[in-house]
Amino acid sequence: MNARFFHTTPSFKHGVHPDDYKHLTRDRPIERLPFPDSVVVPISQHLGRPSKPIVSPGQYVYRGQLIGEATGFVSSPMHAPMSGVVREIMLHHHPSGNMTEAVVIDRDPLSAQTLFGERRIDWRSMSAKEIIDEIGIGGFVGLGGAAFPTHVKLTIPEGKKARFFIVNAAECEPYLNSDYRILLEKREAVFEGIRVYLKALGAERAYIGTESNKADAARFMREGIPSDLPCEVVEMETKYPQGAEKMLIEAVLHKEVPSGKLPIDVEVVVNNVGTVAGVGELFLFGQPLIERVVTITGPGIKTPANLMIPIGTRLSDVVAYCDGIMDNTRQILFGGPMMGTAQRFLDVPIMKGTSGVLFLTEDKVVHREEYPCIRCQRCVDACPVYLNPSRLGALAGARLYEDMLDYHIMDCMECAACSFVCPSNIPLVQRFRVAKGLLREQQARENEKQKAQS
Amino acid sequence: MMSREHPDLLLTTSPFVKDPADASWIMWQVNFALMPIAAAAFWYFGLAALLVMTAGILGAMSMEFAVLKMASGFPGKILDGSALLTGLLLALTLPPGIPLWMAFVGGAVSIGLGKAVFGGVGSNMFNPALVGRAFLQAAFPVAMTSWPAVSSADRFVSASSSLFAFPFMTPTVDGISSATPLSARFFDGVSAPLQDLLIGNTSGSLGETAGLLILVCGAYLAIRRVFNWRIPLAIFGSVILLTSILYQIDPEIYPSAGFHLFAGGMMLGAVFMATDPVTSPLTQKGCWIFGAGIGVMAVVIRQWGGLPEGVMYAVLLMNAMTPLIDRFTQARTFGSTRSERFTR
Ligand code: SF4
Ligand code: SF4
Repeated sequence: MNARFFHTTPSFKHGVHPDDYKHLTRDRPIERLPFPDSVVVPISQHLGRPSKPIVSPGQYVYRGQLIGEATGFVSSPMHAPMSGVVREIMLHHHPSGNMTEAVVIDRDPLSAQTLFGERRIDWRSMSAKEIIDEIGIGGFVGLGGAAFPTHVKLTIPEGKKARFFIVNAAECEPYLNSDYRILLEKREAVFEGIRVYLKALGAERAYIGTESNKADAARFMREGIPSDLPCEVVEMETKYPQGAEKMLIEAVLHKEVPSGKLPIDVEVVVNNVGTVAGVGELFLFGQPLIERVVTITGPGIKTPANLMIPIGTRLSDVVAYCDGIMDNTRQILFGGPMMGTAQRFLDVPIMKGTSGVLFLTEDKVVHREEYPCIRCQRCVDACPVYLNPSRLGALAGARLYEDMLDYHIMDCMECAACSFVCPSNIPLVQRFRVAKGLLREQQARENEKQKAQS
Repeated sequence: MMSREHPDLLLTTSPFVKDPADASWIMWQVNFALMPIAAAAFWYFGLAALLVMTAGILGAMSMEFAVLKMASGFPGKILDGSALLTGLLLALTLPPGIPLWMAFVGGAVSIGLGKAVFGGVGSNMFNPALVGRAFLQAAFPVAMTSWPAVSSADRFVSASSSLFAFPFMTPTVDGISSATPLSARFFDGVSAPLQDLLIGNTSGSLGETAGLLILVCGAYLAIRRVFNWRIPLAIFGSVILLTSILYQIDPEIYPSAGFHLFAGGMMLGAVFMATDPVTSPLTQKGCWIFGAGIGVMAVVIRQWGGLPEGVMYAVLLMNAMTPLIDRFTQARTFGSTRSERFTR
């Protein structure tokens, strides 16, 4: 079944084409950021139950040693990103804007920062369950941004089956290049990771999905596929949000994930290429998730770069390494410009889910002046899940949140394509986030009530 | 190290990039695309064209200005291009000899009755310019159907006295009144030569005569993705289909498809009136239905209605159908089947 049989360029319907600004860091190989004097490691960096710290102030920790413990199945542990002494456990700014519990580690200046417990893990002699457990212990989460624990994704629910595994290397957000650099520089780790995933899932075939603006990386990967690996590279149209799981599955396998269901319901598991490479490295030399590739870019940073950064490194240390920021920098984002989060503090730590840091100067900041909806259809044509953002926006503006359910607001994946195209600058996705939050709360409250009654 | 709050950092939410097109840009693009058509009107009807267009635009802009001044917080801005567009579009549908004060009133009514009473930009149900035209047609039926000849020799040096008639006085009807291609065809059985229809060398409303030019300007807008090309295409398709069948039945009674497309207000209506985004459907499928409906109704009114021209009423009727069309053409949601789609 060749994915390229029906279309010349596989893709999904609708979507938008923002300027991609990838050239800023495209050709910059991954550099290793020197270990900073201290790091602030938030204990919970994933979606799910928070973890709890298992170290105390004054304690010496080695690079790669466990410092935070998972508190359930949908949870993920945390390891020390560098060797040093735990200074304190305190509340610290989190990129989401909240304060969360974080472990501050002062670097041991005498340590060579070699990995704690470096070893090769022989996955071939392990069962699927053992492999998944190992990935869970390694603290792996989706590195594309959502940070969902990987071992949970790999655990197939009773009665379901994973036939296909898709490596998500679409990287459809403008500016970002970390996935692209991983394809070019960590090819062997990616292939090792794919082997591990296929065994853990019992899947028959793997696909690497990437966009046509990374054609050279696609070719490089295709040329390197080991002959015994049932893997295929699919070069998709460059279009946002090509990297959204449902869009990726549509492009690669021509399957629509049913509304309200998960990829596994169409026998597919998707994982970000950074995660796959990380898992490959876990089994190659025992490195848990303690560092990641981050694209540092935008017109506001003096020297853009792709950096390998220890998790927990403060943004200010990264900025210093990149020669500082321009005076007219007005916005700093974690993640890409379509779905990222604006930052207020320069001491926020780089997280497991931070794929890029974007520095926008005054002239690049979007100034919105709202105008009435002129019913231009652009949002309708942009929405990858076929909603009617114009109508939904009007309902949200009138606070008719319940009515939005009839227009399938819960299927909105908050990709922001509608807001991006709206010529009237209506904050569509911004309103949808609020509406969805309120509707979810209301649902939860009703569930509580029902439970109390029964 | 204490947490340092960076003083200049703006906290907004994603997206942080934006497609450059904004609403005002879209409307100025349409205004821009109308310039060649206005120039053609000047070429064929001379000073009269210039004066009528100015009066229509002034009427629309004055009313917009008054509304924006009186009701603070009313959506829109005087220079966003929308009032200018309405005034200009209205003027292009008027006869070249219409008294200027009527054109002015028409412009004001377009904005007042066509847009402001609904709540301003984006809330109107009907195309404002056509509301203005329908008003003039009802209030001043004689002036709206008096057609001075096209390309008269002295058109650049003098303007017909009917233009300067005082309000509410019966205008002196010019001796040189002529028939439009549509009235000539349907009432007198005379067909204008097709090449005259294509280039616009026929009498008629200011901006509706130069069919080919309108088509070119429309193509520009379609290429710049300013309007939805499906609507004019659906109109043309349905008109061609219907009139070709009729023509096969009896070419004496039913003129050819080419005549229907290029005579009267069909081109201007299809390209610039029906495509007004505010009053056309939001869904692609809806736009096909909307356009086909306009085409069929326009032909029906022309052939069997009492009026020679039916495009204006066809567009207004389909404007009224738009909410209904939207409701029944709402796409299914990704990952759901057609039967689960919203049809409330
Ligand atoms: S944010 Fe929601 S409504 Fe807007 S385009 Fe994306 S999925 Fe559609
Ligand atoms: S893109 Fe904006 S202006 Fe256009 S229909 Fe959608 S909400 Fe309305």
